[in-house]
Amino acid sequence: MSLDRREFLAKGTMFLLLTGAASRAWAFIEQGRPQDAPDYDIALHWWAMYIDIEKCIGCGRCVDACKVENDVLPEAYYSRTWVERYIIPPIDPADPMAEILPIVDSPNAGRDGFPAVPAIAGAKSFFVPKLCNHCADSPCTQVCPVGATFRGPDGVVLIDKTWCVGCRYCIQACPYGCRYFDPRTNTADKCTLCYHRITKGLTTACCEVCPTQARVLGNLRNPDDPIHQLLKEHNVQVLKPNLATGAKVSYNGLDGAVR
Amino acid sequence: MPQRFRDAEHLVRLVLLMFVGVLLFLVIRTFFVPADFGEFGHFRAGTLQDIRNLPLHYASRGSCGEADCHEEEAAALASDTHAKVGCESCHGALAAHAADPKLAKAATVEANVLCARCHASLAARPKDFPQVEIETHREGEGECTECHDSHEPTS
Repeated sequence: MSLDRREFLAKGTMFLLLTGAASRAWAFIEQGRPQDAPDYDIALHWWAMYIDIEKCIGCGRCVDACKVENDVLPEAYYSRTWVERYIIPPIDPADPMAEILPIVDSPNAGRDGFPAVPAIAGAKSFFVPKLCNHCADSPCTQVCPVGATFRGPDGVVLIDKTWCVGCRYCIQACPYGCRYFDPRTNTADKCTLCYHRITKGLTTACCEVCPTQARVLGNLRNPDDPIHQLLKEHNVQVLKPNLATGAKVSYNGLDGAVR
Repeated sequence: MPQRFRDAEHLVRLVLLMFVGVLLFLVIRTFFVPADFGEFGHFRAGTLQDIRNLPLHYASRGSCGEADCHEEEAAALASDTHAKVGCESCHGALAAHAADPKLAKAATVEANVLCARCHASLAARPKDFPQVEIETHREGEGECTECHDSHEPTS
């Protein structure tokens, strides 16, 4: 059998294309798919969290639970959630125009609780638990050059660690400082909203251990979820609303000084 | 056929080469991009299942108070102000214990440290939350649990 160049190209291309198609089909068969899982319908979920600053006592159990549940490195820098203490000095009546700088501390990310500090007369003080806001229009996923981080159809921002090339661009892009670089895997890492728990009907580790229900996880696509009532009954705000990130962690009692 | 350009076949060859190049790229792409990439968006859909398969460490409070397990403790807890405090909030992550009680045991709780974590007086805590000055509240060197039952703290 003799082939001229044109025929060779046509047949060769056909062969390659068919092999590609077959490999695609096989990969589909092999792969376990989340929407096929019996107990979790991805289309019926849109996860969000409600955090009540007026209830947070700064015990740091959430930080500890997160580290244990998700095998996070112990240093404070590697924290998927952390608690900040804000101390806001009072306005000086003699100079009301003076800038007021809040004092913020978070020893060991708040994991061991907070030490007592000398009181500033007239100051107000409160705790702010922070975690990934799982933004609907997240800046971090938009900058990923390889499609390794994404906002899933159920509203959770996740990282495909087998796909991440470790360029750290997303760590810079997050306006809330919620991402860090994991030196064990050489990939970016962040809060998964305990995706392995919430898809099995459990709540996140931080909500599970919170002794005062300052953190409440909710599914906004479920009309009977208690989070709807909480969001309706309280004056809630998200962090940095001016950035229009579509943040889904709503705070009750959020002071304007919180950044 | 009138030649518009000198050596026009060169251009034809170039276009053909480009076409073959693009085709080759598309073929190679089908091998390197996973089949489920792009199913829900610009990412590999299978990663959702990978993350779901991560191991649990906290069993959740629902798994403690069953009959023949910690029925009494769960009932005591539910009767008092600590009712909404999860078991693992104080006792630590115990999914392994819930799966096989013989293998994994709860860590011993150091009450004085643990109670103070929530109830030591701090200015930043909500005013209506029960707080004490630990040093003056504790008379002597006693454990908190000598006077208070951690499951029924107000009883």
